[in-house]
Amino acid sequence: MSTQAQNTAGQPIAFVSAQALRARMHDAVNDAHLRQSFRGAMDFLMAKRAAQFPDEGELDSLRGLSEAIRQYSLSKLPDLLEQLEANLTRNGIQVHWAETPDEANAIMLGIARRHQARLIVKGKSMVSEEIEFNHAMEAAGVGALESDMGEYIVQLAGEKPSHIIMPAIHQTKQQIAKLFAEHIPGVDYTDNVDALIQIGRRVLREKFEIADIGLSGVNFAVAETGTLCLVENEGNGRMCTTVPKVHIAITGIEKVIEKLEHVAPLFSILTRSATGQAVSTYFNMISGPRRGDDRDGPEEVHLVLLDNGRSQAYADEQLRKTLQCIRCGACMNHCPVYTRIGGHAYGTTYPGPIGKIVSPHMMGLEQTHLLPTASSLCGACGEVCPVKIPIPELLIRLRGEAQSAPHANPAMVGQGAGYDAKISLLWKLWARLYARPATYRAFTWLATRLRFLTPKQQSGWTAARTPLKPAPRRLRDMVKDRR
Amino acid sequence: MSARDRILAKLRGKQPAQPGTLPDLSAHYTPRARGETKAARLARFRTGIEGFHAEVHVSSEADWPALLTRLCADKQVGTLMYGASTPAGRRLTGAGCGATTLRPWAGQVEDIKADLFHRVDAGFTQARGAIAETGSLIVWSSPDEPRSLSLVPPIHFALLDAATIHPTFYDALVSENWAAGLPTNALLISGPSKTADIQQTLAYGAHGPKELVVLVINAEGDAE
Amino acid sequence: MSSHTPGTPARTYPPRPEAVYFYATCLVDMFVPEAGMDAITLLEREGIRVIFPDNQTCCGQPAFTSGFPDEARQVVESQLGLFPGDYPIVVPSGSCAGMIRWHWEKVIGNDPALKARAAAIAARTFELAEFLLHVVGFDRKDEGPATTVTLHTSCSARREMGTHLVGRELLARLGNVSLAHHDHESECCGFGGTFSLKHPDVSTAMVSDKVAALKATGASQLVTADCGCMLNITKRAAREDQDAGRSTPSLPGEHLATFLLRRTGGSPAGDQQ
Repeated sequence: MSTQAQNTAGQPIAFVSAQALRARMHDAVNDAHLRQSFRGAMDFLMAKRAAQFPDEGELDSLRGLSEAIRQYSLSKLPDLLEQLEANLTRNGIQVHWAETPDEANAIMLGIARRHQARLIVKGKSMVSEEIEFNHAMEAAGVGALESDMGEYIVQLAGEKPSHIIMPAIHQTKQQIAKLFAEHIPGVDYTDNVDALIQIGRRVLREKFEIADIGLSGVNFAVAETGTLCLVENEGNGRMCTTVPKVHIAITGIEKVIEKLEHVAPLFSILTRSATGQAVSTYFNMISGPRRGDDRDGPEEVHLVLLDNGRSQAYADEQLRKTLQCIRCGACMNHCPVYTRIGGHAYGTTYPGPIGKIVSPHMMGLEQTHLLPTASSLCGACGEVCPVKIPIPELLIRLRGEAQSAPHANPAMVGQGAGYDAKISLLWKLWARLYARPATYRAFTWLATRLRFLTPKQQSGWTAARTPLKPAPRRLRDMVKDRR
Repeated sequence: MSARDRILAKLRGKQPAQPGTLPDLSAHYTPRARGETKAARLARFRTGIEGFHAEVHVSSEADWPALLTRLCADKQVGTLMYGASTPAGRRLTGAGCGATTLRPWAGQVEDIKADLFHRVDAGFTQARGAIAETGSLIVWSSPDEPRSLSLVPPIHFALLDAATIHPTFYDALVSENWAAGLPTNALLISGPSKTADIQQTLAYGAHGPKELVVLVINAEGDAE
Repeated sequence: MSSHTPGTPARTYPPRPEAVYFYATCLVDMFVPEAGMDAITLLEREGIRVIFPDNQTCCGQPAFTSGFPDEARQVVESQLGLFPGDYPIVVPSGSCAGMIRWHWEKVIGNDPALKARAAAIAARTFELAEFLLHVVGFDRKDEGPATTVTLHTSCSARREMGTHLVGRELLARLGNVSLAHHDHESECCGFGGTFSLKHPDVSTAMVSDKVAALKATGASQLVTADCGCMLNITKRAAREDQDAGRSTPSLPGEHLATFLLRRTGGSPAGDQQ
């Protein structure tokens, strides 16, 4: 299943189904260039993060605190959302609620129509990717232009981001040079990074100046003050939220925190975990549209609160931990699977370990049930997660939900979608064997004595390894013999 | 039922009976407080923000306008835009800026947008304070010094009083009780705009200012 | 010296006991029994009586991590009665030790009596290497010739058991052995139980990289305290040897127990066969 859309540059954008995961993983693993570039980029990001946390005690304490803040916020989520709404409204920010991507897009299209908007200039927002905002706007005849350099490159190339923090991490500067030369009028090929950035700056500044609406994401929404916080380096976030007459922010309902002081530890651990920066260039705290004597800023500010499956995760105490995420991307930077296949192979908006645990709630398990299996459960993701999401534990849980016998009233959309009667039977037999010591002893005695019958082809194992063969005698035989 | 009511109902139905415990931030921050002198905070702020490619010049209450004039000349700033009714703005109006044209922000942004984007070379604003830990300026927008002034022109000059440097962001938020009233836009700025979106190669001057120049008023007048 | 990983509380170790239970794990019992035997010999040589509960089968991890908690529970429940005495339980594998220590209580269901029993078992379960270092105080004289080895630490030992420095410290006590560190040492070897079967492409990419990094050290052999990783790595290396027509293994590997025993004057079970 693949939907084709056209972006402004006339390139097809592929929205890929998660079903074909295995095929894409196969292709990605065998793309030497891709393997090399992701390995290099992830090594770079891991080293930068490590350099930000020289003091293990400080890191432990800050992670503990950040986890506590996120868990506390989630424990009061509906109350905080109401408090946020009340305070945003008091500040003059209009609040909208959307259960689905379609609802969110309809709300934003409505705002665009009301302002007869022709161009929406966008700051980086993964939620806007999640709802395929650009696609929805283009289809309605409204231009949506990415302005984060990485997102701009990805949009020009007709692609989707391959990393939540560094969207164009899969592209080389030579590829970007070619892309710019082909798509931007009057631009000659140059692979000088500074020159390329200045080209992007020039093109996008013209757009900031004329855009009707600026769109942004939200990193933290502060309930007690009615404030939207935005973390960025480029200044495009500030442009999008300052220059156009209308600013629309969109965020998932889980991003709310209660106290303004809670942003201090979360902001610190976010930038240090994400790109290994002590702080980002800009931390933008927006508490209203232009008002009173203000001389600039948007005349209208809107916030769209999106559910899209988050309330499903919320409903379960264990799965709720998924919502602690602050979208730093450290889990993907440290993931040996992500490092080998890159972000596109996942076929989901959010790739990597966090994508495997959040996408099933957004897309349902029919499409995503294989994702949680694509992990060796090495635990690197959980080890670096700044808010201590037990990602491996959640992967195991989702494996279980995917393979459970189909339910009449599933607690998760697509629960049981990965059910395979044969596999389930195999595990039942396995349990019978291993839960009965006498049977187990008989089985292992036979397996070792009949080891010459061991098959030479052992499913995925022998794809790249010599076969496993039982020892001639079991440990228990050796122990008995010796005594 | 609206989307709002449905979402809230779903969450309420599954909300834990008891909210979690309110996290104690001071337990993390207080034991790590450094008890630095003003000079030490300034030094740490400076190291931090210079690490992010900002220029820092330490000056005094008396001398900063002359320093700004010299810096504008060095950087060939044709037009410097500023807020004329702040204390610093009044000083600047009085002192002038050498060959650089001083242009006060006047009216709404719509009135001056084209100039701001195309003809103003630098913006001048005061910083409300700074953060030593990360090398960040604290900038609160105001009618006198609107948001675009520190964003759109290619160079941003910021005037900072060394006495307003906080050890941490947490300290600034709590000691000044920001939660009691925030402006439309509160901002931390740590260096000129940058990106590493092309092959993790750091490049400055992405969409915001290409240069950030901090003039520090140090009451003791420690010269550079 | 602390040897805990962030997120894993440091544990306190008991004094050297009179006896231990040895929980071999299904992989060792059937595929690498000599490693289990050598671990038993090491413990007995230190004057510790080793009890091998004959009804031991498996810690339940394969079903648990594959998303079959009910099947895992059945197996775990069959194992809860194996350790009636108050002796420590020694496991020659980080992943199985991690399963017992962190997950048995969770999979067991809601019976408080069973939960309490699982928790008590978890509290006295130790990975072999940490037991040798922290409880036994392993300090035998290295009698072998000078050699360089490379060490792979399993992800469970590293991140669940928090024992990632233990193997290193044990090897450092062998006077003639030097340890060659490999590139991306903390990265997974790509085994991951059913992961290696379900996603052979990525698993192969991971293990191939691991084999290349280990070989690049020029070390004479691989030492590891986890048989799952060991089989994954050495069987991949063997396959590369086979494909290249090499007759001697380019990356021989053995369990840490076997290596320690050989170096300190013992005769490994595998050598006697």
